[in-house]
Amino acid sequence: MNIALIIIFSVILLSSVLGICAGGRKKMNLEMWTVGGRRFGVVLIWLLNAGEIYTTFTFLGASGWAYMKGAPAFYILIYGTLAYTISFFILPVIWRLGKKYSLHTQPDYFIHRYGSRYLGVFVAIVGVVFIIPYLQLQLKGLGLIVTEASNKTIGFNTAILISFFLTSIFVFTSGIRGSAWVSVVKDIMMILAVGIVGFGVPYIYFGGIGNMFRALIAQHPNHLTFPGATANMDTLWVMSTVLLTGAGFYMWPTIFATAFSAKSAETIKRNAIIMPLYQLPILLVLMVGFTALLVIPGLKDGDFAFLSLVNKTYAPWFMGFVGAAGAVTAMVPASILVLFASTLIAKNVYQTGLNPRASEESVIRLSRFMVIVIMGAGMAFAIYFPNALVDLLLIGYNGVSQFCPGVVLGLFWRRIHAGAVFSGLVTGLALVFVLVFGKHDPFMGLNAGFVALAANFAVTILVSWLVPSAQNSAPRK
Amino acid sequence: MQKGTKYALLCAAVPFVTLAFALPFVNRVEPFILGLPFVLFWIILWVAMTPLALFAAYRCEKRFNLPEREDEE
Repeated sequence: MNIALIIIFSVILLSSVLGICAGGRKKMNLEMWTVGGRRFGVVLIWLLNAGEIYTTFTFLGASGWAYMKGAPAFYILIYGTLAYTISFFILPVIWRLGKKYSLHTQPDYFIHRYGSRYLGVFVAIVGVVFIIPYLQLQLKGLGLIVTEASNKTIGFNTAILISFFLTSIFVFTSGIRGSAWVSVVKDIMMILAVGIVGFGVPYIYFGGIGNMFRALIAQHPNHLTFPGATANMDTLWVMSTVLLTGAGFYMWPTIFATAFSAKSAETIKRNAIIMPLYQLPILLVLMVGFTALLVIPGLKDGDFAFLSLVNKTYAPWFMGFVGAAGAVTAMVPASILVLFASTLIAKNVYQTGLNPRASEESVIRLSRFMVIVIMGAGMAFAIYFPNALVDLLLIGYNGVSQFCPGVVLGLFWRRIHAGAVFSGLVTGLALVFVLVFGKHDPFMGLNAGFVALAANFAVTILVSWLVPSAQNSAPRK
Repeated sequence: MQKGTKYALLCAAVPFVTLAFALPFVNRVEPFILGLPFVLFWIILWVAMTPLALFAAYRCEKRFNLPEREDEE
């Protein structure tokens, strides 16, 4: 056990204890477990949001994109900003509905708005299908961090097993509140790590940020303008991608539900105003990727760029600190993903679909049990089929974005009904699968998900216009 | 649509125009500003300006819209 590993595991352990303490004393009902009793103020909502948004993808993936692809990575700075702008208008409306009708989840919203249990169950299942690969990505990121920090002395599988045993315990006992509080630890560490490395490495190797970029342009003249080092990610791709992912961001069942955790619509608006500032540290992450391209060229997998550069540049204890930040950055989003996937299954697949008379206690019991099942599934996939779900992950964002017409049009347009939403959703999802797996992404320079979303909107609107609502939004038996 | 909402939507158009639709016109590295290539500087600038745009939107809603019934406990 070296110093880096000791630091990583101590931080994981402390975070778990904090998570357990944060949620431990209150009596746990469904409202407390999923949406924190609808009591979160600006600060906790901000932390919760930040907790979900900064994942290992931000850490390792963004620097990897900067390293491998160059300018197209800039989209990561943009899409969150657009998403918060959209959230300013739609989230408060969703919050009011949630408060008035006690909604906890995204499918709850669909069931309430469209009066169709079938649509709710369908939305829940689609949501879980896209959450699991995202969870697996977090587990994999964590495994890579621990393995790299131990200089390969701790196996990937052992690393995953230990850390996620702890994550399960804290999801199990504390619900969403524990995750929000552990976000505090995670964010402080993450900002410190990214700040020190992001400003540090360009100075250490090139004497400044400007010099680093000059050196990069001298070696790779096209790396910093679209399409960068890629063949097909030109300006049109970036534009369609930021519009798609900006629209899709709040359609993740986990992020959608933060609307329900807030204590007021006002909280949500204020949060939307400050959130874009949280995108700015990503600039530093990108600079690490660019510096790595010059200092350690030729990596096969760009996701190693951040860790390898830190390992090469800094003392082992600092590698431990960065690794710990990365580990908690995997743990918090993972716990939130698990929590929501299990709630979706217990509440919207089991209760809504199979047994509408199930009591709240039995739903909570089932969703706690599902935490273990889903963690197990994520772990099994991460260990035994590390690449089996990569394809699903590719289409994750494209997939959840297809909820957008149903959510947004439903808020502002009376005429839209369950049949229209269902047709649009199926069209969108089918197009995503066909275009992405048929290797037509980008499609005519546009992000394939964007094409699918456009078709989805068209079908939803057309069907709403042409086909009158079957049951006039009355709840179906 | 209430007047405040209209103004608010106008404010919110700012990040969409600058960060999506303007990209073809700023896709170059020169001039460097604050050590950043131009396109990156442009993006950072408007990401940092978005909170101001949203704050303006917030003020517009407060000022011109009818007060909302706030459901806080």
